[in-house]
Amino acid sequence: MQNNEVLRMRGICKSFLGVRALNNVDFTLRKGEIHALMGENGAGKSTLIKVLTGVYEKDGGSITVEGKDAHIRSPQDAQKAGISTVYQEITLCPNLTVAENMFIGRTKGALVNWKEREKRTAEILDSLGIPARPRQELSGCSLAVQQMVAIARAVDMQCKVLILDEPTSSLDEKEVEMLFGLMRDLKSRGVGIIFVTHFLEQVYAVSDRITVLRNGELVGEYVAEELPQVELVAKMMGKDLKDLADLEQVGVKNAGEKDMVYEAENLSSTEARPFGFHIRRGEVNGFTGLLGSGRSESVRAVFGADRVTGGTVKMNGKSVRITNPHEAMKAGIGYLPEDRKRDGIIADLSVRENIILALQVMRGFFHPMSRKEMEQFADEYIKALQIKTASQETPVGSLSGGNQQKVILARWLLTHPEYLILDEPTRGIDVGTKLEIQKLVLKLAEDDVSVTFISSEIEEMLRVCSRLIVMRDRKIVGELTGDDLTQATVMKTIAGGEQ
Amino acid sequence: MSTAGKQKRERLTDAQLLMTISICIFVFMYAAAMIFMGGGFLKTQQLFDLLNDNAALIIISCALTIVMIGGGINISVGGVIGLTVMAGALFLNAHSDGGPFSIVLTFLLAVGIGLAFGLLQGFLVSHLEIQPFIVTLAGMFLARGLTTMLSVNPVSVSHSDFSALVKTKIQIAFLGYTAKNGNLIPAKLEIGAVTAVAVVILVYLMLRYTKFGRNIYAIGGNQGSALTLGINVRRTRFYSYLISGLLSGLAGFVFLMHKPAGNASVAMRSEMDAIASSIIGGTLLTGGVGNVIGTFFGTMILATIQKIIALSPLNASWWQDMASGAMLGVFILLQSVVLSQRGRGRMGLPSWLKFRKE
Repeated sequence: MQNNEVLRMRGICKSFLGVRALNNVDFTLRKGEIHALMGENGAGKSTLIKVLTGVYEKDGGSITVEGKDAHIRSPQDAQKAGISTVYQEITLCPNLTVAENMFIGRTKGALVNWKEREKRTAEILDSLGIPARPRQELSGCSLAVQQMVAIARAVDMQCKVLILDEPTSSLDEKEVEMLFGLMRDLKSRGVGIIFVTHFLEQVYAVSDRITVLRNGELVGEYVAEELPQVELVAKMMGKDLKDLADLEQVGVKNAGEKDMVYEAENLSSTEARPFGFHIRRGEVNGFTGLLGSGRSESVRAVFGADRVTGGTVKMNGKSVRITNPHEAMKAGIGYLPEDRKRDGIIADLSVRENIILALQVMRGFFHPMSRKEMEQFADEYIKALQIKTASQETPVGSLSGGNQQKVILARWLLTHPEYLILDEPTRGIDVGTKLEIQKLVLKLAEDDVSVTFISSEIEEMLRVCSRLIVMRDRKIVGELTGDDLTQATVMKTIAGGEQ
Repeated sequence: MSTAGKQKRERLTDAQLLMTISICIFVFMYAAAMIFMGGGFLKTQQLFDLLNDNAALIIISCALTIVMIGGGINISVGGVIGLTVMAGALFLNAHSDGGPFSIVLTFLLAVGIGLAFGLLQGFLVSHLEIQPFIVTLAGMFLARGLTTMLSVNPVSVSHSDFSALVKTKIQIAFLGYTAKNGNLIPAKLEIGAVTAVAVVILVYLMLRYTKFGRNIYAIGGNQGSALTLGINVRRTRFYSYLISGLLSGLAGFVFLMHKPAGNASVAMRSEMDAIASSIIGGTLLTGGVGNVIGTFFGTMILATIQKIIALSPLNASWWQDMASGAMLGVFILLQSVVLSQRGRGRMGLPSWLKFRKE
């Protein structure tokens, strides 16, 4: 054993109700190292992290921290052992000040010494270069700064292992850079960092080593510099690479000269600046741009999900008024929202109830569907979309992310929309389902349904869309078709500037 | 660049802003009453009477603020006052020759009843994780039922030492006024009023400077986070209910000292007044935000409205209720408008009003 190993996990096993989530997984973290933990959904990343932080109890295997056996049965145990976690959702109290969040729950004595706390906090923030003030309310800080405060707290607790679980998901580029700066700083102080993320570029930007998991098993540990990005993807996806190639040929990219289905001019909402675009029958177009570029806000305006403030809209050449989702649905538009959990599924209702929801709304309150009809529809779409569920009556909340997404798709397909908007339909779901959804989109287009597809992954957009609308700073800055549909051109258009 | 040295003054937090608003409203309202109604409002005694008459309400409002900051609610406080007043009155009458010692026992009885309610409700809410609204609703019914069981008829205290205690008032000569016949009538403050003010100060200090107090804010702000930050959420919540029970018992004793008579309808509805006071004082029902100084002024605002109406030609209980209701409505509206405007950064104090120029 090398003496710079700070964390050593050996032969970790964990099952849930007989399903193997982790099978004999090893993981090693060294002092002053940023170690990326990669894998698709269901690979076992989060299970491994939860075992390490004491949320789950492992079935077998050993964990040693700095050579000593660590018995971790609760998050408190993990903290005592020097393992701290910073989650994507901030686990601090927004109503308290930065200084309080740094120290609450870990000081001795019954009284609070505000002066001392604030002084200490100022020192820590200063030394780590975190742009926050001790007496600021946490809710007044940006998400990135809140995250950094959480990291500062962990550092001040003398953590040896710092786990960053998807820390960059909701940060913009500048904030990500800021976070990376902090991570490199901590690395130089000898903290071992486990970095869990979906973003490949980010992995290569900061990581020293990469451990890849697939289907609950260890694929291998690699030095980041020696593992090309393509190979990493291949390792994460395993045999699925062939499927990717298949799809390339499936992609039908002839929008043709079919008639217009939807046209918007100067459409604006409380969240979106005036914009215009059109889509033809059987066309798949996409909105692309960085987070916050206005792509989601634009499609929300199309569906009337935000308050529409102006503009004209035509469906099939006839002018229509769409100011709320109900009017949009009646016009033949369906919308799969970006935030599945918040705006999409109704977790406590069954698969059946979630599927028939939109159709029921279209028919109206006074035309209830018979139970038989509902079951028939649900059955049909569960089969058609291959939704993996125990039964129609299973609460949607207990399905996997990909299957939840399919349920929402089924909900809209049932209304037979002419125009379907899919905002991030493949986010956070496994590769297999991703491919299924991509194929489904192309099939819909063949059946003359127009689809607007939004995704953070440009490769995916290029595969599915025949026209890309590029947004920057809440404005449409370009439209790409045909030969321009390459990663390089898209990137250039997104980035803007000369050339 | 050093942030460690001189710290800039932070802008007011939402909680502080709401509290400031309620203090201002109280001052304006009282000043308006002094100008337009004159009479009693020009005497210090009027202000003291607001304290004397509402001492128990101030104490239970503090009790409510504590649990509301923690994200809970306690609607049994009024019932507990009713029960302690009745039990205290019966106890004093049964020991009418018991001397001062029986008063101490009455005090312990009152506090004990409060503690028992706090203990039971705290256990149910924190350890069995039952909805606090339901637990304390049940507590309220229990307390009211026990009160009527103890005595269906009103009970007046006849206990010489206790009557002496009731009559004991702190007299402050220089705040008094000269009556028509030339006699100086000092301003009088009851023991209960002093107790209430002391409770406000103690609870303020507890919430601000003890770890327990800060933990209450943390669990009210985000319970899940509080847990991962290493706070014992259950224990914190349990003690917050225990303290609110204790304060309701104390409020019962204070009430007894103000009006020494037990009655099934004593302090009826006062839990609602206490909730209203907390909210007007800037406590959010959603938890995590609040302050007992604000609550104190919230109570005083409600009390002042009642007084103004009582002294006006509109003197009728329905006008008092409607005015209180309107006040609550207007205040909630004001709060949400102010907070939403602030959230969008559209509202700031005009520069001449800022505390310090930057």
